[in-house]
Amino acid sequence: MLGQTSSPPAVEVRGLVKRYDGRAVVDGLDLHASPGRVTAVLGPNGAGKTTTVECCEGLRTPDGGTVRVLGLDPVADAGALRPRVGVMLQDAGLPTGVPSLGVLRHVAAMYARPRDVGELAERLGLTPFARTTVRRLSGGQRQRLALATAVVGRPDVVFLDEPSAGMDPQARRAVWSLVEELRSDGVAVLLTTHLMDEAEALADEVAVVDHGRVIAHGSVPALLAGADSSTLTFRTAPGLDLAALGAALTPAGAPASAAVTETGPGSYAVDSPATPALVAALAAWCADRDVLLARVDVGRRTLEDVFLDLTGRNLR
Amino acid sequence: MTAPAAADTPAARADRAAPAGRRVRAQAGFETLAVLRNGEQLLVTLIIPVVALIALGRGSFLDVGLGDAERIDVVTPGVLGLAVMAGSLTSQAIATAFDRRNGVLRLLATTPLGRGGLLAGKALAVLAVAALQVVVVSATGLALGWRPDPAGLPGAVLALLLGVAAFTALALLLAGTLRAEAVLAVANLLLVVLAVVGGLVLPVADLPGWWASVAQWLPPGALGEALRASLVDGAFPAAHLAALAAWALVLAAAVRRWFRWSS
Repeated sequence: MLGQTSSPPAVEVRGLVKRYDGRAVVDGLDLHASPGRVTAVLGPNGAGKTTTVECCEGLRTPDGGTVRVLGLDPVADAGALRPRVGVMLQDAGLPTGVPSLGVLRHVAAMYARPRDVGELAERLGLTPFARTTVRRLSGGQRQRLALATAVVGRPDVVFLDEPSAGMDPQARRAVWSLVEELRSDGVAVLLTTHLMDEAEALADEVAVVDHGRVIAHGSVPALLAGADSSTLTFRTAPGLDLAALGAALTPAGAPASAAVTETGPGSYAVDSPATPALVAALAAWCADRDVLLARVDVGRRTLEDVFLDLTGRNLR
Repeated sequence: MTAPAAADTPAARADRAAPAGRRVRAQAGFETLAVLRNGEQLLVTLIIPVVALIALGRGSFLDVGLGDAERIDVVTPGVLGLAVMAGSLTSQAIATAFDRRNGVLRLLATTPLGRGGLLAGKALAVLAVAALQVVVVSATGLALGWRPDPAGLPGAVLALLLGVAAFTALALLLAGTLRAEAVLAVANLLLVVLAVVGGLVLPVADLPGWWASVAQWLPPGALGEALRASLVDGAFPAAHLAALAAWALVLAAAVRRWFRWSS
């Protein structure tokens, strides 16, 4: 469990189970999100991220476990909760035949004191296509409009399902800065993503989800510190003799041989702490075989490394 | 209803959400505008009925069983039914099916509007479009010499309301259970087929005997017969009104049972 925070959780999920046709897509998932913090649910496709968020939004009824948002049940207390929760769906959920700002104004009309539509549109760069119908917007433009509809009602909790999918770098920056502003206003932000840099840049807490469960969680630094903090990766000719290389890279007297894996054709990772001696041994081994090292990276582990270690490297 | 939770005080709710009436009106206005702004929807709901009325009312290329009534007096009530069916069945089924596929229904369900408000807004929008259709078709009919029997107006209004209810329920049943592309095909096909052979535009008496006795109790036939009985003869078509009401109830129950909000 995460340490107790001073403020009560905005979202609290315990032992959530959701089955489709008898198959558990979410299987005993625990999660919580706090006011003024960004919580990222990180996981491969099909891990159960969207289903979890939809249970929090009241769009699906759990088959087991409890979900509380601001202390309320998203299904039973939907009427009380909806005015306080903002939602951005993965498929945007925008009417297609309507001018984009018309959609935003319409959603704003559901709230007593919405944000200023013009200011919000300006903020997210929606103004240039205000009169364009949603059908003609690019994927990234639609995402920004969907984000605007999620926050226009001044919510206490915001659910963002893959908020920056399909966006160009400028649009992502605009989205990230809005999320940071929500956090400093005390809003609880729960977002799903499979973009590591997004989680690293935005999240105060990360929950890594796979096969319907949280398999690791904590702050980004805590997750990165969990394993050896430096890695050695390199690129050279494909098909090296991994066993021989591993033996050559093993320091004298070490209990086990260093493991080298070929992560892609010609891309390799060494599974032991990067030391000056290790780099020298690698270079010497390659020189002996007249193999040119095209690239050597010694770096701290990224969230992506942690994620791949936890969820495996196979395609789903 | 369960006891309200701590945060569910009227103050907390009033604080954030617009009043319920305003939310529903906003949704109704939004959906009505969406129909009027969409070229295909406008074609189906207004232009085709008006063209059909002019063609059937003036031309004589189609034999209509008139009895001793004027041609325009028999044709106009049927075209009113056709317009209402186009608006509340075809146009509504297609719009709702695509809103469902695109996630619009799910998104609006998470706003203060909620599912109940969404349905209420939809109902108001359908009625607004139907009212507009009745005004436009009636005006065209009157211009072409239509003289409805004033005694039949209450029955006709009731028939139109019950017809809208039954067709809207059928629209939601299609939109909430089938894929959007299938709804597009089925809703258009139903309009064409039922308008012609369903006893809606053409009197049931013009249909083959065995089919006429079935068709007059199906929603299009019941609506067509009820409208003609009231507006041509000034009668109160109790049996056909009852049939429409029964259809509306059965279809609404089916919607409750089978409608799916997400695809």
